[in-house]
Amino acid sequence: MSVAEAPLLMVSEVSRAFGGLKALEGVSFAVPRGVIKAVIGPNGAGKTTLFHLISGFLKPDRGRILFQGQEIQGRPAHAVAALGIARTFQLVQLFDHMTVLENVMVGRHRLSRAGLLAGALHLPWTRREEAAIREQAYGALELVGLSSRAAQPAGFLPLGLKRLLEIARALASEPTLLLLDEPASGLDQAETERLGELILTLKARGLTLLLVEHDMSLTMEVADEIAVLNYGRLIAEGPPRAIQRHPEVIAAYLGSDWQE
Amino acid sequence: MPSEIFGAVLQYLISGLTNGAIYALIALGFGIIFNATHIINFAQGEFVMLGALCAISLYQVFPSLPAAFLGSTLLVTLLGLLFERLALRPVKDRSPLTLIIITVGGAVLLKGLAMLWWGKEAYNLPPFTGATPLHLGPATILPQNLWVLGVAALLVAGLEAFFRLTLTGKAMRACAYNPVAARLVGIPAMRMVQLSFGLSAALGAAGGILIAPLTLGVYDMGTMLGLKGFSAAILGGLGSSLGGVLGGLLLGVAESLASGLISSGYRDAVAFFILLVVLFVRPQGLLGGRT
Amino acid sequence: MRGARLALWGGFALVLALLPLGWRNDYYLSLLNFIGIHTILVVGLNLLMGYAGQISLGHAAFFGVGAYTSGILTATYGVNPWLALVAGLALAAGLAFLIGVPALKLRGYYLAMATLGFGVIVYIFFVQAQRFTGGPSGLSGIPALSLPGFTFHTPLRLYGLIWTATLGILALSAGLVDSRLGRALRALHDSEVAAESLGIHTQRLKLLIFVWSALYASLAGSLYAHTLNFVAPSSFDIMFSIKLVTMVVVGGMASIWGSLLGAGVLTVLPELLVVFHDFEVVLFGAILMVVMIFLPRGLVRGLLDLWEYRHFRRESGGVSG
Repeated sequence: MSVAEAPLLMVSEVSRAFGGLKALEGVSFAVPRGVIKAVIGPNGAGKTTLFHLISGFLKPDRGRILFQGQEIQGRPAHAVAALGIARTFQLVQLFDHMTVLENVMVGRHRLSRAGLLAGALHLPWTRREEAAIREQAYGALELVGLSSRAAQPAGFLPLGLKRLLEIARALASEPTLLLLDEPASGLDQAETERLGELILTLKARGLTLLLVEHDMSLTMEVADEIAVLNYGRLIAEGPPRAIQRHPEVIAAYLGSDWQE
Repeated sequence: MPSEIFGAVLQYLISGLTNGAIYALIALGFGIIFNATHIINFAQGEFVMLGALCAISLYQVFPSLPAAFLGSTLLVTLLGLLFERLALRPVKDRSPLTLIIITVGGAVLLKGLAMLWWGKEAYNLPPFTGATPLHLGPATILPQNLWVLGVAALLVAGLEAFFRLTLTGKAMRACAYNPVAARLVGIPAMRMVQLSFGLSAALGAAGGILIAPLTLGVYDMGTMLGLKGFSAAILGGLGSSLGGVLGGLLLGVAESLASGLISSGYRDAVAFFILLVVLFVRPQGLLGGRT
Repeated sequence: MRGARLALWGGFALVLALLPLGWRNDYYLSLLNFIGIHTILVVGLNLLMGYAGQISLGHAAFFGVGAYTSGILTATYGVNPWLALVAGLALAAGLAFLIGVPALKLRGYYLAMATLGFGVIVYIFFVQAQRFTGGPSGLSGIPALSLPGFTFHTPLRLYGLIWTATLGILALSAGLVDSRLGRALRALHDSEVAAESLGIHTQRLKLLIFVWSALYASLAGSLYAHTLNFVAPSSFDIMFSIKLVTMVVVGGMASIWGSLLGAGVLTVLPELLVVFHDFEVVLFGAILMVVMIFLPRGLVRGLLDLWEYRHFRRESGGVSG
């Protein structure tokens, strides 16, 4: 990475409180282009709040968030998504009554443009657009290995596949930055390994990823950089190996409800 | 001439405050259920109608007003509990759409049953104490107006005392404020939900009985009263007790003044006009903090 | 797929075209005409309820706006009926926009209450504004719709007009559901956060579909006014709004064909069964409650879901263990 190149995402002095509880307090870090960055920390450290702030579901009380040089803090979630930030959710949020393929097709929403009337009338150009959406959605399903399930209703998938589907749906929106909120939670060993491979594949395709994760082995394996939150503050940042030896991290690790 | 206008305005104020007190009771009913469950109970107005009609029927059987008041309130409270138990507790899909339709269905069902039972005619309940108007300067006031205002004030005060002083009341407030924490400290959330339905049914019934001597009781009176109670709740700030009372009184007065000074035909439209304006300008209501 | 769907639509159109040949009875034709008008209303409301997850308890008001705009402009002011129809559409859309903007900014219950309040206000207006609406006794003398050299004034001709419109609305709605925005609508019903996270402006989409459904209602209202040649406020009260919701609930949420079914069944039943007349209100209330408690996606849809559930449980259970 050249010195001149600005990071893709910059979080600067961001704070957010809920009532009297300070969920985040002056947190700053950067996500350079093309890396996998992980945010770790004990339960209640503020990781999910951080994700909500970046993706526009919450507004910070103070501080700035820059994506590709633009300030995005406080913009509504759909506007943030339109800039190319996609995310998944800790509690999987699928469209349960739609098929697996349709779920991913919704991911193409921001990249297509058929309006109400044009779409309803199935004009030739909207039919072409639909065909393209279908094809690209299918491609995303193949990438995560779900194409054989395309016609099933999403609500009936087992959890491991639901998480993959959520990633495929996010990928279909061709994000520049992908936020994964605890993608391994609820997955078994084999599923977690497959997830790790997928994350590395995505990085190889040039995607930048920011993940919040509890599973330490996965984090250490895939992350290029790790930021550690504890009680709403950033206590350490650096490559995985340095983080593992960081005294404050070890203290937080031992002193709290920290999952292996 | 100015004294005539003063007299008319005073008269409108009296009738406005009387209706407003009823709206306030209904608004509180909406607020109690909303705080406990985040449900808007569209059947709230039907509890008011049932309160009035049950009291009238009980009075015909046993002509004692206190007995009719208590008996009817008790019956409707039971009905409120039953409504929660049978129509809402079994619902697995808790989306607003589902819950709205169920309570709307409940409202329609209760109204329809009331029509079958009591028919379409309007019934009279004698005023609690006499019908001789008292003179208040240039305006007159019926004893029943005073009864409405007095009993409503007592009920509101009693409710406040219940929420602030008793353990159960505090537990209900805790549930409204933070359901997760309340469950962690062992407050039985389900009992609180049930209690909220019982309480608001009782409040609605009391409102209906109080107003019956002034407006008659008829099977379809609940819809309008329920809607106005809701408008009052939104105006004051949904879930806030003081807001409900303030919203009810303001709405009653506004409606009465508008119908007297502008046009009586549009009287019922005033409440909804205010509702729409509040939604536009200040959706959290006058005293509501959260949006 | 496409071929099968075209065949289905073609078959449906054919049945519609042949129906009056065997059934040339003015009473039945009128009944079918009302089913058509109700279907237009119910499809619009179903787009809002079944797809956007929002509810309008004042849809009768938009129906009334269409009917009275057409009625007043043509009967009182002699405006061309087709122009009056367009004016009704514009007015209904404008009113829906005005209510929808504040109400949809808030979650859940607010649109329900705002539309209910709007329904009451509009109804009161129809009753009170005698100078324009004719008051409680209604407005008569509304002319029939016509094309050059052809007037839609018999039940048979009206049947052709209404069912052409209904078929068009059904096809348009099916097309909408099966399009980019239709997908977005279904998505936001299942998970609003996920829809937002994919760049869907959920609030604007809800507003759009609310206005769209008001347009359907207004169109139905104009057709109604020119069918009966008379309108009165009682056709547009709260109870009618609730009947429309019941039709959606019976036909099933998010189902275009279900809307046709719901409108058909609940239009015909009260005509056939005397019990329905006496117990109408009770029955509508009971249907709403019972169906929603046990099958929140509506009667027909809910039964289909149960079948699907068993089908896919077996299938995915077999694969993933």
